[in-house]
Amino acid sequence: MRSFQQRLTDFNARGLRIAAISIDPPEISREHAQKLGFTFSILSDTNAQVIRAYDLLHKGAAPNGADVARPAEFLIDPSGTVRWANLTEAVTVRARPEQVLKAAADL
Amino acid sequence: MKRQWNWRLWFGFLVVLAGAVGYLTLFARYPITRDFPWVSLLMFVAGGALLILGLKRAFREPQMYRGKIFGPILTILSMAVVVFFSYGLFYKGRQMPPSASAPRVGQKAPDFTLPDQNGNPVSLAQLLSGAGGGKTKGTILIFYRGYW
Repeated sequence: MRSFQQRLTDFNARGLRIAAISIDPPEISREHAQKLGFTFSILSDTNAQVIRAYDLLHKGAAPNGADVARPAEFLIDPSGTVRWANLTEAVTVRARPEQVLKAAADL
Repeated sequence: MKRQWNWRLWFGFLVVLAGAVGYLTLFARYPITRDFPWVSLLMFVAGGALLILGLKRAFREPQMYRGKIFGPILTILSMAVVVFFSYGLFYKGRQMPPSASAPRVGQKAPDFTLPDQNGNPVSLAQLLSGAGGGKTKGTILIFYRGYW
């Protein structure tokens, strides 16, 4: 998410919004947003309802055994249709902003 | 004659340790060193080479160099670090749920409303309509594991 924050002006210039979602409560998200300088929306799905709706629940994957979201990125157009999706096979490998900007070029 | 300090053993161990700790604290921040941990692996190789050189000295010239006891201990500790790191990154980190019914390209993304970091409710429809921020061409949803 650091890399997306770094390119945020590029996303904004193209009319693209960014929203991150995890099980963290708003206080934790706010703390981390402040610490890392994130200015996009960070949404709290504390009971993993949305994460389940997107079938992204990774059971017991947190160190404390909690269910969390597997990392995934979606590009959604104004009609609500998914135009690009990335479900990583490794926790360390995430989408890069360039990939998403490229996918968004033909929106 | 006092035997010499066998610095290769200690440096080798420290380089291996720094390779693993460095990944968690620093390399993981940058996609180029995060996606594939090549910096850590290079450090493991360099540390391993130093350990081998140190062990050779300790066992071939024990009258000159120290390290016959702590050499093997540091080597085993280094191997444990490498095994633990590789297990975490190449095995544990790749155990993902199937997510067979995750929304695919061309499908509608399920709508939702969730509180943001300031406690204000935000819906997907709102994000897509560009409410409060002019025209929008799309929204990028980033699901992440969280900081707990």
